[in-house]
Amino acid sequence: MSENPMRDAIQNAIDENPVILFMKGNPDQPACGFSARTVAVLKALDQPFAAVDVLPDPRIRQELSAISNWPTIPQLFVGGELVGGCDIVMEMFESGELQQVLGIETAEPAKAPEPEPATPQTPPLTIENRL
Amino acid sequence: MSATPEELKERIEAGIPGSRAEVTGDGHHFNAIVASPAFKGLTRIAQHRLVYDVFGCEVGDRIHALSIQTKPLESENYP
Repeated sequence: MSENPMRDAIQNAIDENPVILFMKGNPDQPACGFSARTVAVLKALDQPFAAVDVLPDPRIRQELSAISNWPTIPQLFVGGELVGGCDIVMEMFESGELQQVLGIETAEPAKAPEPEPATPQTPPLTIENRL
Repeated sequence: MSATPEELKERIEAGIPGSRAEVTGDGHHFNAIVASPAFKGLTRIAQHRLVYDVFGCEVGDRIHALSIQTKPLESENYP
């Protein structure tokens, strides 16, 4: 153990999760447009990922940026390596490089998905009139 | 004092050799398109880091958000 348990915990999370996104908010309720767009891309690819909300404690972001040498949130890691933030993830998604990095085969050219609205993902209720 | 697109443009062009930047923004959120021969041969991550490094801790703070697009150039002799 080093003298920085927070940094160790973040490093462990990066090492142990094949795909991990550090973001503002959570995947169902992103708290920032950049995080929302990045989540939307991963969801569009049906890519399972671990997510860490950096908002509850400012030290998470501080220590994460110290590890990654990257100043902004979100940050996507694949196989322990920083892939990028929202801009790079979007660019790589559109060029197909992200799919390659993630090991996903896609036939169709990628099109940037719209971030989902911040509403729960339940299908709309339909009421059947049996009268 | 809030930042201006002009300030960001000047600092990027001064900080990255041979670069040309187009910056738009509202004082908090900015978009920068940066072309430079300094990006040649670097990964995207490394290219974006060069731009972020111009501003250091100001990104996320005084400059709330900075979207970056980088374009590696063959040489400084471009139109």
